[in-house]
Amino acid sequence: MTRLANAFGKPHPALVCFVTAGDGPTDAVLDALVEGGADVIELGMPFTDPMADGPAIQLANLRALGKGTKTADVFRIATEFRARHPEVPLVLMGYANPMIHRGADWFADQCAKAGVDGVICVDTPPEEDAELGPFLRDAGIATIRLATPTTDAARLPQVLETATGFLYYVSVAGITGLQQAATASIEEAVSRLKAGTDLPVAVGFGVRTPEQAGAIAKVADGVVVGSALVELVGQHGDDAPAKVRELTAALANAVHSAKETAA
Amino acid sequence: MNETAHPNSFRNQPDDRGHFGQFGGRYVSETLMPLILDLEKEYVKAKSDPAFKEEFEDLLANYVGRPSPLYYAERLTEELRKDAPEGMGAQVWFKRDELNHTGAHKINNCIGQILLAVRMGKTRIIAETGAGQHGVATATVAARFGLPCVVYMGAKDVERQQPNVFRMRLLGAEVKAVKAGAATLKDAMNEALRDWVANVHDTFYIIGTAAGPHPYPELVRDFQSVIGKEAREQLLERTGRLPDLLVAAIGGGSNAIGLFHPFLDDPSVKMLGVEAAGHGLDKDHAASLAGGSPGVLHGNKTYLLQDEDGQIVEGHSISAGLDYPGIGPEHSWLKETGRVDYTSATDKEALDAFQLLCRTEGIIPALEPSHAIAAVVKVAREMPRDAIICANLCGRGDKDIFTVADALGVEL
Ligand SMILES: Cc1ncc(COP(=O)(O)O)c(C=O)c1O
Repeated sequence: MTRLANAFGKPHPALVCFVTAGDGPTDAVLDALVEGGADVIELGMPFTDPMADGPAIQLANLRALGKGTKTADVFRIATEFRARHPEVPLVLMGYANPMIHRGADWFADQCAKAGVDGVICVDTPPEEDAELGPFLRDAGIATIRLATPTTDAARLPQVLETATGFLYYVSVAGITGLQQAATASIEEAVSRLKAGTDLPVAVGFGVRTPEQAGAIAKVADGVVVGSALVELVGQHGDDAPAKVRELTAALANAVHSAKETAA
Repeated sequence: MNETAHPNSFRNQPDDRGHFGQFGGRYVSETLMPLILDLEKEYVKAKSDPAFKEEFEDLLANYVGRPSPLYYAERLTEELRKDAPEGMGAQVWFKRDELNHTGAHKINNCIGQILLAVRMGKTRIIAETGAGQHGVATATVAARFGLPCVVYMGAKDVERQQPNVFRMRLLGAEVKAVKAGAATLKDAMNEALRDWVANVHDTFYIIGTAAGPHPYPELVRDFQSVIGKEAREQLLERTGRLPDLLVAAIGGGSNAIGLFHPFLDDPSVKMLGVEAAGHGLDKDHAASLAGGSPGVLHGNKTYLLQDEDGQIVEGHSISAGLDYPGIGPEHSWLKETGRVDYTSATDKEALDAFQLLCRTEGIIPALEPSHAIAAVVKVAREMPRDAIICANLCGRGDKDIFTVADALGVEL
């Protein structure tokens, strides 16, 4: 958790990068993200039915599961990442069923042992927080909540009530990887969210290029990029780390300098 | 015996958060959450609006053709008595929902949901379908109300259910083949959810079974309960008493809960849900209660076919309508409370029952209710002659003749 606070406490906006565990040479891809300048890592837990994801991340899930990736492998990847990168926050992102299958207490315990800083569970809204949230927070793991364009003012307090770590603003009503939202609407949404919380707000969904990332970083505390990186892993397989490092560096450059150029 | 505490009534579920005991709930992404809260609000209003009830009942009577008949299957009853022990062989009655417009019970629910969609001002309809029956029923009501309709169907099901695909297209719906995963019902449902998330502003998702996030399991059950309400009245009128046993096939569980629910507080009425045992419970099957464990998928917590990591395992059944790795949450709860018994029938048993009904009663049933008939064949012989069984004949078999021919080694 303090790792997350540190990452968002830097003098520049944070670059948050998503890849799917077990897809391609994951350990080397994670190293490439860090080397490229990612401030926070989101590691996707593969699931057979990724309902909120677009084609790129769906395929990554299927590739990872096709290679036999197990929950134990996800925790091995996280544990070894923590050993190599003691300071870089790592967040697990995925769907409820693999997280609760052996019991939420078991999952929270594994997260703590592996040095995981936070969890994003896509299909557990605040209404079902009791399923997983209390176990994670008791273990010192942040429960990162999603806010979306459909989260209205009446609902926002409920979303914020169980949110810790940072708030993830999903800038489009839709699945990962496809559309992109207009920067003006993002700016408005972020200021609405920030009026209700002291948590940092990271913005994602549909962010692919350094230009887009830079524009969003002007108005947010962090920018999340997923599908564009996952596609590189899909296209380049064992050769992906170099490509991932290159794109991450360009993204980091745009995100980290966004507020300087604005000032 | 150490049973789960019995509630005062089995008919007042779910609680106000959509839970049936530990099952049900609203496990959806944040984007959908405000929408299903809206739907819940609208449904609560509609339930107490006489105009809604009136329009629903009018369409069921004059468009769907309700009430469906209750039929005493005399020749089937006699056939089963032939090799039953002395004094045994219960009377078999069928609730004939296969005579509905579009040939299955699915239309009851679609009528209710499209009326809700119209009330909510939605202008576009989406649905998932396995066998194509729910897709056809949805395309039908969308045509009837003049709304554009997209039906998601697994590519494998598109392949094996061509006549229904053509029917949907004739009705003006767009059928989108889903190639992801195993390309069957669960993948179609994933894709429908993805569409919905991206089009929440104008789109209504008509879910085809008593599953999904709250309030779907409740409202689908309520719309399908017309089956049990009619059956209860018809049985009382025709036989002068309540039945001893109700039997229904279970895919997601909508026709079964529709028949069972109005009888749940009649302690003398036993109930049997029949899951698809496919090639056998020790091989590929679709029996989530018999071979699964509780988990979260498609917006609700319920019994699921899954592996040791909580990854979902594909179901298998000869019947495309039963080929789903989950089950509606109310059935999971009814199983745990012990109020309803659940069993299963294999592909082969269903095929045998299918042919038996064709020959003894002149009725070609769908493969889904053939599973229920297979269970009736087993239990009727163990019940006394004056006992009354009522089984839900929830669909007709026209759509299945190619599958059956194939299974019997006949070339059409
Ligand atoms: C005729 C028929 N019966 C049963 C089912 C299974 O669904 P449920 O269990 O919701 O009734 C289907 C599904 O397509 C069907 O077409």
